[in-house]
Amino acid sequence: MKRFVAIWFPFLKTDWLSIRQPSLRELPFVLVAPDHGRMLITAANEKAMTQSIHAGMVAADAKAMYPLLTVIDDQSGLSERLLKRIAEWCIRFSPCVAVDGDDGLFLDATGCTHLWGGDEEYVKDIITRFNKYGYTVRVAIADTIGAAWAISRFGKDDFIIEPGQQSTALLYLPAAALRLDDDTTDRLNKLGLRQVKDFIGMPKSALRRRFVKSESPEVRKPERNFNRKGAKVQREFSTFNFQFSILTRINQALGLEEEFIQPVHPPVPYEERLPCMEPIVTATGIEIALQRLLETLCKRLQQEGKGIRTAVLKCYRVDGKIEQVEIGTIRASHHVEHLFRLFELKISSIEPALGIELFILEATKVEEHVSLQSTIWKSNGGLQDEKISELLDRLSNKIGASAIHRYLPNEHYWPERSVKAADSLDEEATTTWKLDRPRPLQLLARPEMIEVMAPIPDYPPMNFRYKGKLHTIIKADGPERIEQEWWIEQGQHRDYYYVEDEEGCRYWLFRLGHYEDAEYRWFIHGVFV
Amino acid sequence: MHAQQLIDIGTINHSFPNSQFPLGVNHEFICNSKESLAASSGFIAGILSSMLQKGGAVVWISSSQIIFPPALVSFGIDPSQLIFIHLRNQKEINWTIEEALKCEGLAAVVGELSFVDLTISRRLQLAAEQSRVTGFLLRHQPKQMNITAFTCRWQIQSVQSETTDGLPGIGFPRWQVELLKVRNGKPGSWQLEWVLGKFKPVASKSSLHNKEHKQAV
Repeated sequence: MKRFVAIWFPFLKTDWLSIRQPSLRELPFVLVAPDHGRMLITAANEKAMTQSIHAGMVAADAKAMYPLLTVIDDQSGLSERLLKRIAEWCIRFSPCVAVDGDDGLFLDATGCTHLWGGDEEYVKDIITRFNKYGYTVRVAIADTIGAAWAISRFGKDDFIIEPGQQSTALLYLPAAALRLDDDTTDRLNKLGLRQVKDFIGMPKSALRRRFVKSESPEVRKPERNFNRKGAKVQREFSTFNFQFSILTRINQALGLEEEFIQPVHPPVPYEERLPCMEPIVTATGIEIALQRLLETLCKRLQQEGKGIRTAVLKCYRVDGKIEQVEIGTIRASHHVEHLFRLFELKISSIEPALGIELFILEATKVEEHVSLQSTIWKSNGGLQDEKISELLDRLSNKIGASAIHRYLPNEHYWPERSVKAADSLDEEATTTWKLDRPRPLQLLARPEMIEVMAPIPDYPPMNFRYKGKLHTIIKADGPERIEQEWWIEQGQHRDYYYVEDEEGCRYWLFRLGHYEDAEYRWFIHGVFV
Repeated sequence: MHAQQLIDIGTINHSFPNSQFPLGVNHEFICNSKESLAASSGFIAGILSSMLQKGGAVVWISSSQIIFPPALVSFGIDPSQLIFIHLRNQKEINWTIEEALKCEGLAAVVGELSFVDLTISRRLQLAAEQSRVTGFLLRHQPKQMNITAFTCRWQIQSVQSETTDGLPGIGFPRWQVELLKVRNGKPGSWQLEWVLGKFKPVASKSSLHNKEHKQAV
């Protein structure tokens, strides 16, 4: 059995403005937007409503009726932005929250309310929290989305519909409570069918004949959200108007037909939440929360033979902001201690401000966990050792993965291209390391130009000057010619010499280009052991 | 398991307690120039090659130096068993070396330290002793030779190689190895050569001269 909560903000935009500018709270004011050359009221606060000023009126008319009215320019897309933010904040009540049109929210509260001690406490908590912020809300809870929506908008006194009672609760509500389009509502009213009870019992064939338009075939797109009037969908994919027929709406409200909502954050399959009784402000508190979340999540992952590759810890603050830290691992892991140490490095970056009231740990990327027979490999597992991948996780989370390298041989003679960076710890070499020629242990980041004195063509130099110091060459070996790989890069070949100076230091020098050419240059490229 | 492993560096072994190259501790190498940094790296590579005989992994942390992996092959090391970390910030390097020394899964850690005081050295030494990971710390152009808590202090310089029978070219890499300080052992100075996968002591020049002299006589 499912439970849904519908939240309606009758004064969403004006409430938001009053929160930002408390001076407006006592004044009747309206928000206006230009429309066909006149200013149309898009929202009116409660004070203005009592003066019978409502949305849809022309601002000039309203001013005429009530000259003291404050008029403020509306911002386009304001309610969408607000609702999205509020929906994210509402994740503390349920993981599955959806935006409903431009003035409401849906919460899938299935299995959530008992954490608050029942439906009544749950709804009460939502209302008090919103009221504390300054938002006027009407909240209803029922078995179906349709019933919750109807009760939140048109309900009189009882906003908590007991399981299975939605059909009785709907009876005395007006026809518009079923989220019908304007045409259908008008026609029902014209026929004197003002309340749901008047037509809900009618045979389906009769309703279909009279109210389902044949020219607009019923398209069932359950993930679309309709605005309050159920007509125009102001979204990017709203090129044509989808309308649910009266039959579908009745079935949805009664729970005979399934209805879906599109959550603002799709629920992650591996997620743990920890609400706190008191807001947490200290690092120790965060650590305790993290430890608990990891223990429960890892236990579950272990049972399923899975491990975390990336995880996010989200901290919902009292002031509505969300602080989050992310970690990643090289190999899938469900080792609590290890994951905790990864997070531990980043706890200092969380700003609790006034306090954190909800922690959510999400495993955003989960992979199969391969457990090696650790005892066999314990002595010399090489890179396969779990401890090494744990060390690298810690390092890459602190100093960044770009600083860590592992090299494999590459099929190239050109020294800079003879090694390639490995992508992972498990990647294996596709070719063997070359052993035939001496290579310096220390390679310069790029060859540096030197001044040399070389006697005859193709002989090693007699001396060279590097960084102001003259090195006299006593012994030398070479040349080793390495041609530029023309299919990759154009350029001259290099003639490498392995030389030793009078102090016993050994260097790797090369001449770029032919000796006969006018433009040859000498470089130093490395230092031998 | 580390304790059973024997590192053969010839006569130098007699300078250590129990005639065994100390593992699971830190060795510092004083490098005053780029060349001595390369020479020390080569000496370390020689020691690593016998440490890695039975597998194991090494983390090599550097700031200025760029190791060319193919060169390690001539020391009998598979470069793909090494993890290289390039960092600029000295604080990050110290932290990384300490974290690596704490990781029991590693055989050894090579790190380039430019600044170290007694407190840092003691931390690193404790980390190594606890996890039994051997640390080789290259101190590139140290500002001062301060007291450290490391077990050994080395200084390695390249010296001129010699080819057999005066053939042209360059001989095996040869170093002047100075053990400046060793805990419970006696310091000394030797000349070593890296010959076909092994350290080989070089007969001192004087004795060589004597031999030549005798032959001449």
